[in-house]
Amino acid sequence: MAVTTYSGAEQYNFDIVKKFAVMSLVWAVVGMFVGVYIASELAWPFLNFDSPYFSFGRFRPVHTSAVIFGFGGSALFATSYYVVQRTCQTRLISDGMASFTFWGWQTIIVTAALSYVMGYSQGREYAEMEWPIDILIEVVWVTYLILFVGTIMRRKQPHIYVANWFYLSFILATALLHTFNNLSMPVDLFSMKSYSLFSGTQDAMTQWWYGHNAVGFFLTAAFLGMMYYFVPKQAGRPIYSYRLSIVHFWALSFMYMWVGGHHLHWTALPDWTSSLAAAFSILLLMPSWGGMINGIMTLSGAWDKLRTDPVMRFMIVALSFYGMSTFEGPMMSLKEVNALSHYTDWTVGHVHSGALGWVAMISFGSLYHMIPKLWDTKIYSRKLVEWHFWLATIGIVLYIVAMWISGITQGLMWRAFDEFGNLQYSFAESVAAMMPFYAMRAIGGMFFLTGATLMAVNMYMTIRQGKRENAALEAKLAAKMAHA
Amino acid sequence: MNLNFKHEWIETNIGLMAVLTMLAISVGGLVEIAPLFFIDKTVEKVEGVRPYTPLEQRGRDIYIREGCYTCHSQMIRPFRDEKLRYGHYSLAAESQYDHPFQWGSKRTGPDLARVGGKYSNQWQVQHLVAPRSMVPESVMPNYPWLLTTKLDISDTAARMKALRKVGVPYSLTQAELDANIEKFGETVAKQLHIPDAQKNLVEQANFGNYDGDRSGISEMDALVAYLQVLGTMVDFSKYADDAFVGNR
Repeated sequence: MAVTTYSGAEQYNFDIVKKFAVMSLVWAVVGMFVGVYIASELAWPFLNFDSPYFSFGRFRPVHTSAVIFGFGGSALFATSYYVVQRTCQTRLISDGMASFTFWGWQTIIVTAALSYVMGYSQGREYAEMEWPIDILIEVVWVTYLILFVGTIMRRKQPHIYVANWFYLSFILATALLHTFNNLSMPVDLFSMKSYSLFSGTQDAMTQWWYGHNAVGFFLTAAFLGMMYYFVPKQAGRPIYSYRLSIVHFWALSFMYMWVGGHHLHWTALPDWTSSLAAAFSILLLMPSWGGMINGIMTLSGAWDKLRTDPVMRFMIVALSFYGMSTFEGPMMSLKEVNALSHYTDWTVGHVHSGALGWVAMISFGSLYHMIPKLWDTKIYSRKLVEWHFWLATIGIVLYIVAMWISGITQGLMWRAFDEFGNLQYSFAESVAAMMPFYAMRAIGGMFFLTGATLMAVNMYMTIRQGKRENAALEAKLAAKMAHA
Repeated sequence: MNLNFKHEWIETNIGLMAVLTMLAISVGGLVEIAPLFFIDKTVEKVEGVRPYTPLEQRGRDIYIREGCYTCHSQMIRPFRDEKLRYGHYSLAAESQYDHPFQWGSKRTGPDLARVGGKYSNQWQVQHLVAPRSMVPESVMPNYPWLLTTKLDISDTAARMKALRKVGVPYSLTQAELDANIEKFGETVAKQLHIPDAQKNLVEQANFGNYDGDRSGISEMDALVAYLQVLGTMVDFSKYADDAFVGNR
C-alpha cells in the first residue's frame, strides 16, 4: 500500500494495521460464505456433490479456521497493533517483524484451508492443523509476542493501558495452549500426518483445556482488549470503572483455564475433573459480566448515541450478546442441563451467539471506527452501516433461535420413552425433525453474510475515497510548492 | 496481604505483568490435567482392549481424514436412553490406545462407539456410498471415492512406528513381541508386530473382504474394518453392572 500523507504515518506503523484490517474483511466474507455453504449441506445434502474436497467433514474446518483465525485473528492483529501504538504513543519496534507476522499469518490460513480439503488435520475435535503449520504458527506467534511486548517497553506513558493487558493475556495464553495442545509425533519428516502425543481421556482433557480457552482467550480476552479501546473512543467517554477492569481482568485470566472439562460431562473423564470445571464455569459468570457492565456503562450519559450512531450500536449489541452467551454458558455447564444439551445443536447455537453476536459485532464496530481513521476520511455510506447492522442482528436471531429449537428437540427426542419403556423415536426420526431448523439456520447465516459483504463494499469505497482525497490534497500541496 | 500493595506496580511494569499473567493462566491446567496421568483409577483395568490392527488403524486414519467426528461421537453416556440406543456406557479404557481421541461433541448422526457388529459389511458399504439409499432421512454426504480409491499401504509400518513412539504397544523387537503375547495372546500379538505390518494388513483385508470386492484393497476395506471393531473389544457380560462405578 502506498505511503499516505496522514500525519500519523511517520509516528506509527499504520501500514501493517491497514493490511490486517483489509484481510480481516476478506476472510470474513470468505469464511462466512463457507459457513453458509456447510449449513446448507446439512439442510440439502446433495450440495456435497459426491466430492471429497467439499464434503461436510473436510469443509467445516475451513469455515471455522477462516472465521476464527482469518477474520478474528486478522482483526486482532490489526487492532492490537493500532491500540498498542496509540496508547503507548510509540511506533512498533520493528517493521520487518510486523510484516513477517502478516505474511506468516496469511500463509497459515491459506495452507490450513488447503490441507483441510486435502484431508490433512489432526482430527482432535477442532480439526487442529497438522504439525508443519503448527510450527509456523508457533514462530509467528512468538514474533508477535516480542513485537507487542517490545513496543510496550518503549511506551512514552508510565501506565500500560487496560486494553493492552487483555491483548497481552491473550497472546501469552494462546502461546501456552497452542504449544501443549499440538504435541504430536509425525509419521516421518516428509509426511503431513502425525499422531497426538496423548490418548483417550488425557487427550480429550488436554484438547478441551485448549478448546475452551481458544474461546476464552482468543475469542474473549482479546476482543475485550478491543472493546476497552474502541468503546470509550467511539462513545467519547472514559471507561466506567477502573477498579472493575482490574478485578475482572485477573479473575477472568485465572478462572477461564479451569472450565474446559465442562465439555466432557458424563463422559469417561473422571467426575472430579468435570465437576471442578463446572464449579469454575459458574464462577466465571462474574468476571464475564464485569466486562460487559464495564463496557455498557461506559455509555452512561451518552445513551442517545445508540439512536444516532450505528457504529456504537454494533458495539453495544456485541456487549449484550457477550452478556447473554456468558450467562448461557455457565447454565449449560450444569450437569443436568448438559445431559440434555450436549451433542445437540444447542451447543452450536451457543457458540454462534458468542461468535456472531459478540466477536463479529465488536470487530465490525471497531473496524468501522478504525478504517476511516487509517485512511483519514469518513465512512463512505452510513446508510449501508445501518443496513449491515439490521441484517447482522436479524441473522443472529434467526440462527440461534433455530439452534435452540432444534437442539432442545433433539435432546428431548433422544431421551423420550413410550408407554412400554422403549425408546419412542429412532435416531433417523430426530434427524428428519431437524430439517426446517437447518434451513432456517442457513437463512440466518445468509443474512449475516450479506451484511458482512455490504460492509466489505462500504469499506472498499471508504478506502478509495480516502485515497482520492489524499491524492487531491497532495496535488494541491505540490502545486503550491511549485508556485513558491 | 501487604496493605501498601498498589495495582499500579503491575500496570507500570510489563515484565511483572507478564509473569503474573502466566502464573494466573497456568494453574487451571496443572491442577486438572497433570493428575490424570498419575491417578491410576482414571483408566479402568479391563480385559480385551487392544491396539488396532494395521488395517483397522488405516481405517481410523481415513475416519479422521474425512472428518467423521464432526457429526459422530464415540462416547456413550451413562443414561438409560443411551444404554438402550447404543449399549453400555463408554469406558476410558476403551480409548486408551486412541491417538487422538475421537469422542466428538456433536451427534448430527448417531454415536458410533459401539457400532461394530451392529450392521453387516454390505450394509456399511452401501450406506457409506449412498446413505439415503439405506436411511432416507439421513443428511450424510456420499462417500463413493472410498470404494474406488486403492488403500495406500506403503507407510503402514511408519505409521505404527510413530504410534509406538507415543506409547501404543506395537512390537518392533522379539522381546516386545513376547511381552505382547503375554499381554494380548498370540493371535492378537502377531497382528501388532510392526515388521509384519503390511503382510498382516493384506491378510486381514483379503480374509475379511469388507468391501465385497476381492480384486484389491480399497479405502473402504480399511474404514469398514475399523467401524466393525468399534466397541467390541470389552465383553461386558464378564463384569457386574456396577463394576466401573468407582472409576467415575
